[in-house]
Amino acid sequence: MKIKKLCLALAVACTFATAGAQAAPIEIQWWHSMTGVLNDRVNDIANGFNASQKDYKVVPVYKGGYTESMTAAIAAVRSGKGPDILQVFEVGTATMMAGKKVIKPVYEVMAEAHEKFDPKSYMPAVTSYYSDTQGRMLSMPFNSSTPVFYYNKDAFKKAGLDPNQPPKTWDEVEADALKLKASGAACSFTTAWQSWVQLENMSAWHNQEFATKQNGFGGLDTKLTFNTEVLVRHIAKLSSWVKSGLFTYAGRTTQPEAKFYGGDCAMLTTSSAAYANIKKNAKFQFGISQLPYYPDVKGAPQNSIIGGASLWVMGGKKPAEYKGVAKFFTYMSSPKVQAEWHQKTGYVPITKAAYELTKKEGFYEANPGTDVAIQQLLLKNPTKDSKGIRLGNFVQIRGIIDEELEAVWAQKKGPKQALDDAVERGNVELRKFERANKGGR
Amino acid sequence: MEKRTQFPVSWLPYALVAPQLAITIVFFIWPAAQALWQSLLVQDAFATHTEFVWFENFKVLFADETYIESFRVTAVFSSLVAFFGLSISLILAACCDHVLRGAKAYQTLIIWPYAVAPAIAAVIWSFMFNPTVGILAHGMKLLGYDWNHLLNSGQAMSLVVVSALFKLIPYDFLFFLAGLQSIPKSLIEAAAIDGAGPIKRFATIAFPLLSPTSFFLLVVNLVYAFFDTFAIIDAATAGGPSRSTTILVYKVFHDGFKGLDLGGSAAQSVVLMAIVITLTVVQFRFIERKVQY
Repeated sequence: MKIKKLCLALAVACTFATAGAQAAPIEIQWWHSMTGVLNDRVNDIANGFNASQKDYKVVPVYKGGYTESMTAAIAAVRSGKGPDILQVFEVGTATMMAGKKVIKPVYEVMAEAHEKFDPKSYMPAVTSYYSDTQGRMLSMPFNSSTPVFYYNKDAFKKAGLDPNQPPKTWDEVEADALKLKASGAACSFTTAWQSWVQLENMSAWHNQEFATKQNGFGGLDTKLTFNTEVLVRHIAKLSSWVKSGLFTYAGRTTQPEAKFYGGDCAMLTTSSAAYANIKKNAKFQFGISQLPYYPDVKGAPQNSIIGGASLWVMGGKKPAEYKGVAKFFTYMSSPKVQAEWHQKTGYVPITKAAYELTKKEGFYEANPGTDVAIQQLLLKNPTKDSKGIRLGNFVQIRGIIDEELEAVWAQKKGPKQALDDAVERGNVELRKFERANKGGR
Repeated sequence: MEKRTQFPVSWLPYALVAPQLAITIVFFIWPAAQALWQSLLVQDAFATHTEFVWFENFKVLFADETYIESFRVTAVFSSLVAFFGLSISLILAACCDHVLRGAKAYQTLIIWPYAVAPAIAAVIWSFMFNPTVGILAHGMKLLGYDWNHLLNSGQAMSLVVVSALFKLIPYDFLFFLAGLQSIPKSLIEAAAIDGAGPIKRFATIAFPLLSPTSFFLLVVNLVYAFFDTFAIIDAATAGGPSRSTTILVYKVFHDGFKGLDLGGSAAQSVVLMAIVITLTVVQFRFIERKVQY
């Protein structure tokens, strides 16, 4: 009798124990590259999701910068392990897509989990960058920004310019730059992220083709075509500005931003996400406006394209984990979470609802200029030439573009020659990537 | 009578060298073999598609003129680093050997930078030379010299050489100082009695006696310039402007880790391996003979 009771007690205990184990939430590993304040925001989003339900627990892990976390994930996948969610920068998109079976497209994750998911509620210029040719979302946009034009209102006043009339076209930029120089400014204009802003975005902004096969969306056999008349003209203009002292080249990534908020250069093109940093450091009034364009180019301005990173779901996980990922994405895309992310970081929201909510809350009136990025992205429906750029070995291609542009700024090469060379050298990289990924999609 | 140690059991010597062998195999032979194997493959980043291509990666590599150019850059960079590293540290060591008062303080100060990590050293120097906020760039502007290593390739090269030297000089200095101090005092004193001044004593006695040290340091410095400087390049110039500071090892890192072109990057490291093996063999075979011990 005693033994029977004991067995029963054991059995009961066991059931409770397993029940307890089942109740423990399923862990979802999220590798990201966000530091500082952005890291806090990432943790906030994960904590918010974890508190909102009991079944899943998202664990954000900082894995180093974009290249490091991607290399870490590749090593992990090669050894059979890896995170559920991986944050990858926009230039890594083609590499992720080509890794067949390694990733699970977001649209599949959402459909299999029967999660409500309407791609139309997202911002087209944001999601198009991470969608296939049929418009299906492959990865979830996370931190997206687009280049905008910043100008120093105090310097404008000093030069006798109207601080509320930023230049709209590149010719107006030139005219203003000359006046700024005449007023004693050491540098009138500078740009961060030269390849992304002055070539990739200027191409989309003027609805010009950057590469064949819909800028690379249509296949790995894409070829670069950005040595167009418009871009050659643009680079020639910038090069002449270097010569006449209107444009000061200050580095490939964010270094030029310091030249703006330090008060050296009165005009700057850089990411909309630089807003917080510029606001913190600038000891003068500054304004934000749309990117300048060439009015004689038909269809300009079209829409600008994004940069930043998206979240990829890795393959080979259990269905329960995918369900959790889907629930997390739904939570992350909710207007409240997105609006908060947008307002606190300067990145654009990924849904239109979050934009409307932010507008309703009066955020844009309190912080003028913060909606310029969204307006640029929503300006027109993205065309095949303005929905984004998807190239293999894009890291190397950007490097090549940087090198060729530096040769132009140093007056060692003509603009046409440099862009032709960049196209030719970039195509070699594309063929290398195509060769290595023949088996990919 | 042979003076060789005799082991009572035949397996003991093997067991004693086994740990060293294991370390060499795991940390040297194995990765090197991996690189050799990888250099013959064309593979996507996630290794979902692998193809054995024999020497295609090498063919592509040597058809690439930017790769040939980075040979030239590496040659310029490593000879500048080795030359200035050796000569400056030798001068410093000779001076330090000569001072009577406060020699320890000088020595400590000169050795200090060795404790700084290469990437940190590069960041410090590129901050000081930063065209926008750098104190040295500002000073040069006041003197009428326009410093912008972001566009001027010669200036960029000087910047990385200076950053590399900052780390290297303390190391060379230590060896030279030890070498100078081990020169018998009687030799120097004899020369002094014969009327040789400090410069003559250095040139005719100290310098020739230092040749084994100099030779060793030359090898070490070249290896340092070839391999250990990619953190400096990455932090200071990222290979720019227009590839003017892209040395071979930086290209390996850039193509492999940033560009994820594993086959091409592995082929480059195999080439680098071959260069260093040849360099070392040549140095020990031909230069060492002329070194006086």
